[in-house]
Amino acid sequence: MAEHEHYEAIVVGCGPGGATAAATLARNGVETLVLERGVEAGSKNVSGGVIYAEDSAPYTIDDLFPDFREEAAERPITHNYIHNIAGEKVKTFDLTEIHEHDTEWADAVLRRRMDSWLETRVHEMTREAGGGVLTGVRANGLYRENGEIVGVTTDELEPITGDLIVAADGVNSELARDAGLMDWESPDEWFQGVKAIVDMPDGAIEERFDITEEQGETHLFSGDLYEGVRGGGFLYTNEDTLSIGNVFHLDSIVEERAEVVDLLDALLTHPLLAQWIGDDYEELEYSAKLVPDSKKVAHPSPTEDRLVLVGDAAGQMQAQGPLIKGMNHAATAGALVGEAFAVARSRGDTASAGERYVSRLYDEGVMAKIRPAVYDRSRAVTEHRRVSALTDGLIDTAIGRAGLDTMIRTGIVERLYNSPRMMQILPDTTTPYATLPTAIAKRHGERIEEESAVEPPTLEERIGELTYDTDIGNPHIVVEDESWEASGAAVTACPVSAKDFGGGCYREEVRSNGYEERVVSFDSQPCVECGTCAIVADTRWEHPRGGKGVEFKQG
Amino acid sequence: MHTVVLTKGVPDFREGQVSFDEDGHLERGKTPTVMNPNDKHALRAALQTKVRNGGQLSLMSMGPPGYGDVLGEGMETVYADDLYLVSDRELAASDTWATAITLATALEKVGEPDLVFAGFKTADGETGHTGPQTCWCLDWPIITHVIALDVDEDSRTVRAKRLVEGDIEEVETVEAPMPACIIADPEFTPSYRQASHRLTHKDLRAETEARAQDHEAHMTTWDHEDLNLDPDYIGLDGSPTIVSSVDPIPKAPAEREATMVEANDEEGMNEVLDAMTPFAAETSGAAGD
Repeated sequence: MAEHEHYEAIVVGCGPGGATAAATLARNGVETLVLERGVEAGSKNVSGGVIYAEDSAPYTIDDLFPDFREEAAERPITHNYIHNIAGEKVKTFDLTEIHEHDTEWADAVLRRRMDSWLETRVHEMTREAGGGVLTGVRANGLYRENGEIVGVTTDELEPITGDLIVAADGVNSELARDAGLMDWESPDEWFQGVKAIVDMPDGAIEERFDITEEQGETHLFSGDLYEGVRGGGFLYTNEDTLSIGNVFHLDSIVEERAEVVDLLDALLTHPLLAQWIGDDYEELEYSAKLVPDSKKVAHPSPTEDRLVLVGDAAGQMQAQGPLIKGMNHAATAGALVGEAFAVARSRGDTASAGERYVSRLYDEGVMAKIRPAVYDRSRAVTEHRRVSALTDGLIDTAIGRAGLDTMIRTGIVERLYNSPRMMQILPDTTTPYATLPTAIAKRHGERIEEESAVEPPTLEERIGELTYDTDIGNPHIVVEDESWEASGAAVTACPVSAKDFGGGCYREEVRSNGYEERVVSFDSQPCVECGTCAIVADTRWEHPRGGKGVEFKQG
Repeated sequence: MHTVVLTKGVPDFREGQVSFDEDGHLERGKTPTVMNPNDKHALRAALQTKVRNGGQLSLMSMGPPGYGDVLGEGMETVYADDLYLVSDRELAASDTWATAITLATALEKVGEPDLVFAGFKTADGETGHTGPQTCWCLDWPIITHVIALDVDEDSRTVRAKRLVEGDIEEVETVEAPMPACIIADPEFTPSYRQASHRLTHKDLRAETEARAQDHEAHMTTWDHEDLNLDPDYIGLDGSPTIVSSVDPIPKAPAEREATMVEANDEEGMNEVLDAMTPFAAETSGAAGD
């Protein structure tokens, strides 16, 4: 057996899951090596993003990083709203109650700032325990001896072995896929998020949202502005920028052949947003990411040999109606891994760390939140095509309208939006995303008088503004089947491609070799590494080498 | 393990920095001094040794007091522990021979270095002699055109991959006992394939940042008396090289007419393509014959 460099724990990825795992391990004196593929932690990360600290969680991010809120976060979120939109009519509900349910605090964050701050802390802590954080190193697979997972392989270093391997390498985790724990098969198990960071003049956020510097807001958007694509929009206030974006069910994007960039522009240019964005639209960054639907893919037992998965890598991303929580669960899971290993090690049985971690996920109620059994039980009925068609149809009848009127008048709609249990069984159909909100807005909405002066940049300009260090001659994605049937969906679903745009990743092409053949052509250069085409096209998908590819400045 | 890198300050020959008088002579006063660009290969090799093998790393130069800043800059890039500057009016106008004698004497005074690194030539003199001559004075083995390096402290040997005749196509692996002198080739590629190497690298960077702020506190300056050098063997008197004359290289005449065309100027691009078509036709015609 070859001699390899060995650390007690190897953590892959320095986002919230990796950072809390590494910090907990280091606090317990475990020699921990953290491998981060970005030039700096946060340079590869995108989220909405609001991070929560739940009252019921055994660990929150500020438990492990006490100065987190002051140093790494943007604004505390104090007000929450959902806007139901039908054309220019809008009906707004207050969602503050459900956001405050089980919430100790919630802060808006930008990931470059947040994760790079975490990286510095984690490096200090892990270095003291004999390890440290290395950036620009991409773990590309698991290292096995006699069929057992004992370490990781990377593009940059010799194989490294560890007693514990934490895959905190995000939604497109190559380690989870190497272990056979996660796949990229079904679009209905994923959401796709697309976001713009919008620059705001000094004091504009306080003025336009009527809040103080210590307050912040989240706004959610649903209704008919997305042409029937299932999903919704969001707007979060940062310190001096806004995060504005959409999250859609990936299967719906594929079915509707929706241009996701157009859907973002539909939100940005809606008159409702004019009051906040103002006349001068300056976009700082365009980004995208896949979001696992934990109701369906949160792994029930995210461990194999010495490997454990945390955060997005394990599908631990809770998206239930207006509740979108991922980073907090990653942080909790990371801390539980660290603790599980420390206990296992003190008993001289490091091999039991994975099992201990999984039972803690259940004992602490994490699994119940991210993969509620009630959703599995109810979806057979609520997501049944005929039931969905019936409710959609009913809403548009006299009885439906009368019922809806009563529900709104008596505050039932607002109460339902604010009911955690209701949100757990919310079906993934068009009813809650489009039909119902549109019907509500049509009959009860107020017409927005303001006009939008927002002119979003073109996709070409958006790509042009991004920073890339292209690994020339070494594309990280290879299209294995370029036929339209296999990979055509990527032309519209890929956030940096569009049907009539020649400068994106995926382009439609008609080849004539005696007969006409509709195919896709591909260029990995503009890739934002979201992983969409790993699911909707036939590709061999990997991340770029350490430090290569796109570099998000905001995230 | 003690490693010393020899470096030199040279005029900044980059466009916009360098200035010449009417006769084409370099105006030293108006041209900033920078570290010899070719020394960066030596620095990369020395840094690899420092990161992978640890120990003390010193930077050494000979020249006017102003070279201290060049050494300070080098300290930051190579994470040096200390700096040595040999500076004395008596040393002015030394050729490579006199410089080699001076540097060899200084290296002996530093202590007992295990490895000495030198750049493969300077951007001003371009001789590539000083490193090898210094090594010859010390009577150490020398390995030139090194592209990869491994130091084994236990057996006190250094193993190097080098380009034979400076040719990238032909690579040989050689070994030498330490102490030895290494001349790094521009093709030198440091190798940090262990996580521990990269962690050490980070530690050193943080450590050096603080030290480089105050590099003068870590600098030792010697004159010829400190080194006990006979003035007859150093400086101009000790330099057998005679430079008879320097001729400026005449600029190639460039009087062809040029028309600038923007890439998005469709009409202009069409004209370019029209103008090029006859040449393309000629080539394809020739290929067809």
